Amino acid sequence: MTEYIYKKINALVFGMLGPDIVRKQACAKIVTPELYDKEGYPVDGGLMDVRLGVIDPGLRCKTCGGNLRECMGHFGFLELARPVIHVQYADIILNFLRCTCKDCGKLLTQKKIELTEEVGEEEQQPEDDFVASSKKAKAVANSLRNVKKCPHCGAKQLAVKVEKPTNFLEDDKRLSPIEIRARLEKISDEDVGRLGLNPAFARPEWMILNVLPVPPVTIRPSITLETGERSEDDLTHKLGDIVRINQRLFENINAGAPEIIVEDLWDLLQYHITTYFNNEISQIPPARHRSGQALRTLSERIKSKEGRFRHNLAGKRVNYAARTVISPDSKIELNEVGVPMVVAMELTVPERVTEWNLKRLKDFVQRGPKTYPGSNYVLRPDGKKKKITDETQEQLLEELQPGYVVERHLMDGDIAIFNRQPSLHRMSIMAHRVRVLQGKSFRLNPATCFPYNADFDGDEMNLHIPQTEEARAEAEVLMEVQTQIITPKNGLNVIGCSDDSITGNYLLTKDLEFSREEAIQLLYSIGVNKPERFEKFKKNVNGKEIFSAILPEDFDFIGNSKDKKLVVVKKGYLVEGTIDKATIGQEKGDLIRALCARYGNDATLDMLGKLFRLGIVVLLHHGFTTSISDTDLPEDIKAKCKEAIYNADRRVAQLIEQYEKKELESMPGLSSEETLEAKSMEVLNKARTKVGEIIAESGLKENATIIMAISGARGSLMNLSMMSACVGQQALRGKRIENGYRGRTLTIFSQGEVTPRAKGFVKHGYKDGLTPDEFFMHAITGRDSLMDLALRTPKSGYLYRRLVSALQDLKIAYDETVRDANDNIVQFTYGEDGLDVSKTEGGKINVNRIVKEIMGK
Amino acid sequence: MLPEYLNERVSKALKREKLGLKDQNEILKKIEQTYENAKISPGEAIGVITAESFGEPSTQMTLNVFHFAGVAEMQVTVGLPRLVEIFDARKRPSTPEMKIPIKPKYAKTIEAVRQIAMSVRETKLVDISEQIVINVAKGNVEITLDRKKMRDLDIKPKEVLTKLIEGMKGLDVKEGENSIILKPKDKETVLSEVYKLKEKAKEIHIRGLKGVTHVLPIKNKEGDYIIHCAGSNLKEALLIEEAEKSRITTNDVFEVMDILGVEAARAAIINEAVKVLRDQGIDVDIRHIMFLADVMTRTGKIKGITRTGITGEKESVLARASFETPLKHIINASLIGERDDLNSVVENVILNQPVPLGTGLPGVIVKLPKGDKK
Repeated sequence: MTEYIYKKINALVFGMLGPDIVRKQACAKIVTPELYDKEGYPVDGGLMDVRLGVIDPGLRCKTCGGNLRECMGHFGFLELARPVIHVQYADIILNFLRCTCKDCGKLLTQKKIELTEEVGEEEQQPEDDFVASSKKAKAVANSLRNVKKCPHCGAKQLAVKVEKPTNFLEDDKRLSPIEIRARLEKISDEDVGRLGLNPAFARPEWMILNVLPVPPVTIRPSITLETGERSEDDLTHKLGDIVRINQRLFENINAGAPEIIVEDLWDLLQYHITTYFNNEISQIPPARHRSGQALRTLSERIKSKEGRFRHNLAGKRVNYAARTVISPDSKIELNEVGVPMVVAMELTVPERVTEWNLKRLKDFVQRGPKTYPGSNYVLRPDGKKKKITDETQEQLLEELQPGYVVERHLMDGDIAIFNRQPSLHRMSIMAHRVRVLQGKSFRLNPATCFPYNADFDGDEMNLHIPQTEEARAEAEVLMEVQTQIITPKNGLNVIGCSDDSITGNYLLTKDLEFSREEAIQLLYSIGVNKPERFEKFKKNVNGKEIFSAILPEDFDFIGNSKDKKLVVVKKGYLVEGTIDKATIGQEKGDLIRALCARYGNDATLDMLGKLFRLGIVVLLHHGFTTSISDTDLPEDIKAKCKEAIYNADRRVAQLIEQYEKKELESMPGLSSEETLEAKSMEVLNKARTKVGEIIAESGLKENATIIMAISGARGSLMNLSMMSACVGQQALRGKRIENGYRGRTLTIFSQGEVTPRAKGFVKHGYKDGLTPDEFFMHAITGRDSLMDLALRTPKSGYLYRRLVSALQDLKIAYDETVRDANDNIVQFTYGEDGLDVSKTEGGKINVNRIVKEIMGK
Repeated sequence: MLPEYLNERVSKALKREKLGLKDQNEILKKIEQTYENAKISPGEAIGVITAESFGEPSTQMTLNVFHFAGVAEMQVTVGLPRLVEIFDARKRPSTPEMKIPIKPKYAKTIEAVRQIAMSVRETKLVDISEQIVINVAKGNVEITLDRKKMRDLDIKPKEVLTKLIEGMKGLDVKEGENSIILKPKDKETVLSEVYKLKEKAKEIHIRGLKGVTHVLPIKNKEGDYIIHCAGSNLKEALLIEEAEKSRITTNDVFEVMDILGVEAARAAIINEAVKVLRDQGIDVDIRHIMFLADVMTRTGKIKGITRTGITGEKESVLARASFETPLKHIINASLIGERDDLNSVVENVILNQPVPLGTGLPGVIVKLPKGDKK
């Protein structure tokens, strides 16, 4: 049933619970530590009293009459035999004791005038000014700490100390909570205000408890183990201890037991109540389970990542969600998601019954939950939710009428929200159209992997089904894949071709030719049916023409390919240049951005899908394999590489010789050792670059690895040269591998050796294999990068969290200024020109493109 | 209404193309339309977008802490740690650094620049002393100056003496045969006091900019001479005659703030952040960086993105509590009866209410026709 927000919370006010409120809000007085009687029924006046709410099915709450689901629980209270200090307020109590007279309870100052003025202001704007004045109050408190004599009654003031956490000492004499409470009671409201408290919400004596609120059972539910045994919550255990000691204290006091015994029990009560509030206080041992595990009491429940705030309040669990492994399917559109049948039959979309769809929805109910497309639940107008089963089906079919809601199975075209963690940017959560498919994994077009940062090595993703009309509309308008092509980070496209699709388009536009029939067939297979784009009696069609068939007929574009050569599209025809990563790739695809600016998101996404499939289909026809044999270099090239490495080796040897003869000229600001080091490093780094160049210039046009590297699809020439020729210098923190304690990197070298090999230069390639010492050097850098990753992830995660929590409530206001939650202006115009980066081209308005466009008309 | 810089670009383009009035108008209209279309929409949660723009790429940054600027001692914190440092608004950067360009008329040769550089570097008494020892018998400190080093740096013994007298008040400073003798005025001094004296004397500043531990003269691509300093002291650097004052830069944002004010500090934050990101090859739009710098400096002081900075000063109790140290915030709120008006995001998430951002921002008000009360 759709639930309307009929009440909106406007504001929350925080305050302390005074004893009066505790008693007033309580529904039960707790008198016994017992939990259940022999029948297992909660004892009256015990900690599981049914007046405090119910956690057992079948029982009803004695206070509100609700059952397990309806009753949210009620507070009880416990009358303490002796007052006890609330740990969390100990510092504040100390402050009060120090700043007020022990006899008359007045503030230890006569500078009334100055302070009353402040108080006067506070009374005008109570809340806001208390925040500001609490700082002033701290200053007042500090100035009063060492007053020795009360200026009002002349009583001598003794130094009050606190023995953490809860013992107060006055000149080494212990102050009992009773005394403290008596003193605090004497302080006037006015003086309380001056010390930074708002007496309407917090009286200092309330910080000494004489009644303890007992939380409802619903926040400390017990679990029934398989053995039928009951296991109580930590809080219940702690409260049990408190009640037990409290009872004993009562009995002892009434029986007139000696003071020492009473004191001991009193201290024990203090301990239990202290640990009940906070079990992580460093001065006292934490209360433990019998197993030795520390109890998780009130403050631990709130604190930290697993605490109430961050775990349950700032993030919540949802229904109508699914999660499974993802796998690729380039045949579906980019804004679609393949949903397995099992998931589609479990997730539902609510549809309201009207006169006009009654028949259709009846059919859904008729099919029930087991046939697709059926329905799982029917909602009655009174809010009751009925599961469709064989028994209920007929009855529900009969009563179904306008006003009812049917939760039908997920169907093709429904909107769904798709997400992969970690959700680092808004493109990690996008809306897709459902496409129900066979199989058990979510299917996703590989072109959308990049924004999600997904791959298919076992990644799982989440799917959510929006349940209200508003949510669906928002998802469609704001979150669908096509609306996210350009990132607000820097105005570049996050969706584009990658891997095979780039290689395919590159080969196609470079020098491939197909027969006319083949070309039409090829395009038809990716959903482009435009035979008219090719001249009728032409025998062979050029690859550029096939590529152009996807582009709109009035499209003009001038850009650069990866190797800085011109790429020109005129009237929808690619007339010059080859397509590669720089034109259709992710983050850099100029062509895609131009399409986006000109034809809008929807059309661009459609073309992108076709481009992507075209690349793959071309590879399928043409054939493309990358394999180990790619790293087999022809003998001549191999010899050249070897020579380059040999030369570098010799050059370093020369340098070392020069250094030993003291002929090496020092570079400015460096010692001769450092010069040698710097020069060797330069030579060795050049050596690897040289090897890369040799391979790049080798003219191995058929080498698949090189094709992929040049087109920008995957890998680089460096990767290839590392595999086939030389891995190169292993650098650790910008230096060559440094010596250990004995003046060398490994024991196979002599001390002080600075040859390339001894300092981590790997002259073999991966294919040839590394020598043991090279392998070791390589492992050093490998370990370093592993460590880097392990240390960086939490660090950047924390930075991110802080950024979000600092900036989350900043927004663009209706007057185009940037404002925070309280409407304070941060910027008068966002970014000084009011542009949305995701609506620009790389953060700019492309003036030249517009000028050319208009001129070209 | 186009912003100024766009206007300029458009008029430049129009001039270049030499078009007729009709075409010009058409182009202008189109550009204006494009600009209007690209404007940001009200309600956009721009803060979150900015946070994402930094947070997402920061996962790809290297943790490589140091970067060498020639000499081992001149290493500079870069990458993620430096970014954290800037955003935290730490009082001092872990590796302060300053670049002082030298006016061309003083920078004829590298030698001349090196000379200036040496005078910029902080010289302490230890640096020019052969030894500083305690004479236990006499209860004084004897300083033997290193003549050679002093000659290299062109420091006269007299200069040292005056600096010593200035720096060590309440002491007898006597010039001995070969040395300078420091003696406490009150006769009965414990040895430990004398030891402290010695340590203090070591640190006496003789010449140069305080805090500048290393200098490196560099000729940059444009052919200007720049003194690269490890350690930063903008205030004193601005007094150097040979320096081109308007182009001195430092990576200490707070120093900029103290000497040149918030606006300059904002610019410094932007420059530093841009430097880190560019260095790491990360492309983040300048608008995000400017925005973050504006948030950090809008109160007139530099506020870090920490629990004591921006987040700690939020008005909402729940927003603060949900970030860090929730107990502290709730307890303090209870003492003063703090009111949370639920204006921002987390509070409303906590209470399951629509957040006042994006589509949650507009409130639709429907005016009912009169007399139609229901």
